[in-house]
Amino acid sequence: MKIAVCIKRVPDMESRFKIAANGVSIDETGLKFDISDFDAYAVEVALQINEKAGSGETTVICLGPDVVQETIRKALSMGADKGVQLKADSVPADSLAIAKALAAELKDGGYELILFGKHSLDAMTGGAGTMVAELLGLPCLTAASKLEISGSKAVARRELEGAAEMLEFPLPAVVTIDEGIARPRYPSLKGIMAAKKKPLEVKGAQLGEVRVIVEKMELPAERPPGRIIGTGPDAVPELVRLLQTEAKVL
Amino acid sequence: MPNILAVAETRGGALRKVALEAVTAARALADGSGGGEVHALVFGPPGTAAKVEPLAQHGADKVLVCEHAAYDKADAESMAATIAARAAGFTVVMLSASAQGRDLAPRVSAKLNAPLLSDCLTVRLADSAVTATHPTYTGKVIATLKAGPAPVVVSVRPSAVTPAANAKALSAEAIAPAADPAASRVKVTEVVASGGAKLDLGEAPVIISGGRGLKEAANFKLVEDLAAAFGNAAVGATRAVTDDGWRPHSDQIGQTGRLVSPDLYVAVGISGAIQHLAGMRTSKTIVAINKDAEAPIFKVADYGIVGDALEIVPALTAAVRAAKQAH
Ligand SMILES: Cc1cc2nc3c(=O)[nH]c(=O)nc-3n(C[C@H](O)[C@H](O)[C@H](O)COP(=O)(O)OP(=O)(O)OC[C@H]3O[C@@H](n4cnc5c(N)ncnc54)[C@H](O)[C@@H]3O)c2cc1C
Ligand SMILES: Nc1ncnc2c1ncn2[C@@H]1O[C@H](COP(=O)(O)O)[C@@H](O)[C@H]1O
Repeated sequence: MKIAVCIKRVPDMESRFKIAANGVSIDETGLKFDISDFDAYAVEVALQINEKAGSGETTVICLGPDVVQETIRKALSMGADKGVQLKADSVPADSLAIAKALAAELKDGGYELILFGKHSLDAMTGGAGTMVAELLGLPCLTAASKLEISGSKAVARRELEGAAEMLEFPLPAVVTIDEGIARPRYPSLKGIMAAKKKPLEVKGAQLGEVRVIVEKMELPAERPPGRIIGTGPDAVPELVRLLQTEAKVL
Repeated sequence: MPNILAVAETRGGALRKVALEAVTAARALADGSGGGEVHALVFGPPGTAAKVEPLAQHGADKVLVCEHAAYDKADAESMAATIAARAAGFTVVMLSASAQGRDLAPRVSAKLNAPLLSDCLTVRLADSAVTATHPTYTGKVIATLKAGPAPVVVSVRPSAVTPAANAKALSAEAIAPAADPAASRVKVTEVVASGGAKLDLGEAPVIISGGRGLKEAANFKLVEDLAAAFGNAAVGATRAVTDDGWRPHSDQIGQTGRLVSPDLYVAVGISGAIQHLAGMRTSKTIVAINKDAEAPIFKVADYGIVGDALEIVPALTAAVRAAKQAH
């Protein structure tokens, strides 16, 4: 099956972040970058579908400056066949602008399945995939935690608060991927070597007007340092007292 | 004066708490910028109209009720089409960033060609632009975003807004879906309840969460007993535990699970990995029970007890039960 996966390059979330001097972005010095988690799951899902079918083609698409080529190569080393960079000086905070640029690229690609992460780990908007579906007039399933394809039909599971939905839809479709669906593989040495020779096309991103801007970025207020109030069951009465009198939650 | 359209979520024909949060957020936004009208839009099966009074009590000047037999389950395509069709004249379309709201909001944004501010903690309106705070980088950075010109689609993080009474006389109007649910391509075939009648993680004021330190799945009984003693508590878990199948994936809290901020979060046998903290560090009060005094969870816990959870939790359950009875 012809599958496209939209992936984003994000910093390692275990990093200690600092705000840049401009006050509207993080300081990227010294940070390591990789494919955003949910997008890596989406790549894995695509690879598994095509491996199971014994045929097919997986294209990864990433919008951003030239450094994103490294992120695309990572997906190629996992096993994707082709990469497309939609070149832009920076990635805007406006999901709809990103979605329009992605939709322009995806429109005539003949893809039967277009996969996204349920949200990116940096912007955390959870918008681009669903918006692409709307812009292309395709059915959309958000936050799939299970996905089964048979022929031109798909069934998926989606977690709600305290419940889950089972859904059915026809292909071609857009699906955004939740955790729990697949564990992304580590690229093999062979995969890394092969990725160097796989096609990576560079095109200009048609972002259009950007209508969401970052006014400020800040680190959340640090929690006051905690205190250990005691050891073993003997500390329970003091905990209950504090929950009643200080925290007032009991 | 800015008018706000708030989408009030139901499940199985009953209003959810996030519905009141969305209406409260819309009311505050309208009142904070000169006092426009708030219209609430609610989807549900026949009979829903009889249950919408709380929306007026929380500040909706008008309630649009879209009943259809198909709406005993969600139907995103026809609901998004209806929201978009009703959005004319509104400065902001307000939703909850619940699973359903996160599905609907980007659809509406694309249909209206209106910018989206997602999962907001606070929202302000000035000069036809919306400014909101939103957690980014798995919650390690708070961004202030500005979107405009109006209309803007906004979703508010569950529990970030406390429902507030602001009674209006109920004025309800029945409307029809703008698209036939029967024509939707994505069909919900089944809703599987994973938590039974238990409180949902997003709505519970208290969460008792267990990690690998509980040693085996059966010991989650201790966590459930403690939750039952509180009476208003839900049970959460770490990824270590959901990966091992001790608890369903839907109970997972963290970077790749649920994001919660209850009044009280009790972490039992949880090390406090950065990915877990990403989902719960905004809780108002955090209690940690861990046998390792060096566990990172103690750095974010307001109150910590060092020791064996299997001994401490039953003692705490008994003490909480006694405290509740004394009230
Ligand atoms: C990309 C990625 C995403 C992730 N997303 C998530 C996520 O969303 N949510 C999440 O939770 N994790 C997530 N993780 C996993 C995370 O890194 C940790 O592995 C996980 O949170 C650890 O779970 P735990 O605290 O239950 O187990 P452990 O780290 O094994 O900790 C067990 C704790 O129990 C204590 N203990 C042992 N015995 C007892 C006892 N008898 N009494 C009291 N305490 C005891 C130990 O001292 C220890 O601190 C993610 C990891 C990655 C790489
Ligand atoms: N710059 C980008 N390039 C390619 N895909 C992206 C980009 N930004 C977001 N996406 C995709 O859209 C999803 C949702 O992102 P967001 O709306 O930022 O939460 C991500 O998981 C990716 O699949």
